[in-house]
Amino acid sequence: MSNKNSGYLNYIDKTAPKSPILKDMLMAFLFGGLICVIGQLFLELYQNVLNLDDENSKTAVSITMVFIGALLTGLDIYPKLAKHAGAGTIVPITGFANSIASPAMEFKREGLVTGMAVKMFTVAGPVLVYGISASVAVGIIYYLYKILIGG
Amino acid sequence: MQYVNAFWVGGLICVIAQILIDKTGLTPAKILVLYVVAGTVLGALGIYEKLVGFAGAGATVPLIGFGNVLAQGVIKAVDESGPIGIITGGLRAAAGGVSAAVFFGFLMALIFDPKSK
Repeated sequence: MSNKNSGYLNYIDKTAPKSPILKDMLMAFLFGGLICVIGQLFLELYQNVLNLDDENSKTAVSITMVFIGALLTGLDIYPKLAKHAGAGTIVPITGFANSIASPAMEFKREGLVTGMAVKMFTVAGPVLVYGISASVAVGIIYYLYKILIGG
Repeated sequence: MQYVNAFWVGGLICVIAQILIDKTGLTPAKILVLYVVAGTVLGALGIYEKLVGFAGAGATVPLIGFGNVLAQGVIKAVDESGPIGIITGGLRAAAGGVSAAVFFGFLMALIFDPKSK
């Protein structure tokens, strides 16, 4: 099956293995840093102009960055950036959005439920499974710690 | 200067992932899983919040920050609600990012068609 890999996985295959590691590192640093600076711009906008509190500002930044990542994926811009940026576009939360939007678009033709809605969790699914499970583990340990040690 | 710290800390977090990809052949999905779990652990230990204070979005925008949000959320929820917070706290705190990613991903896939490679 030729379309087994989503576009998201394909662009990694195309770029990562062959390029020299120092160039990969530099590009990841520049793009990753730049995406975080854009996030910082929104963070200060939400804190200082819209006067949101600290927690809501950070949540709003996540939502904004996710929107940008998904939109740039739809416009086929994010995959082009990712060819050069490698981990610099994978690790920021824009990359998480890309990992959902990209297979969702790709598998739309196989149906809106069993194609798109299933395949959009190819990468995001594992992230949620292990992230949520880790948070529950933290909660159990913290709860027991409070009972036993007091807090 | 928060912008400078955001740039180099965020960049460095991505460089570490790039080295892991190049040297170990880990797939992006595994890198993201690793980062979220690492962020949850560092968040639970209270280490990551210090980095957030130092680097702002440089620490919150990479996916480690998502793990940190899960950990902070679950600790806060256990303090406020007791044992039920163990289950509800993580995802409640991360709800904005998760819902946005699912909805905007869905929306963009409805609007746009994949380009030919």
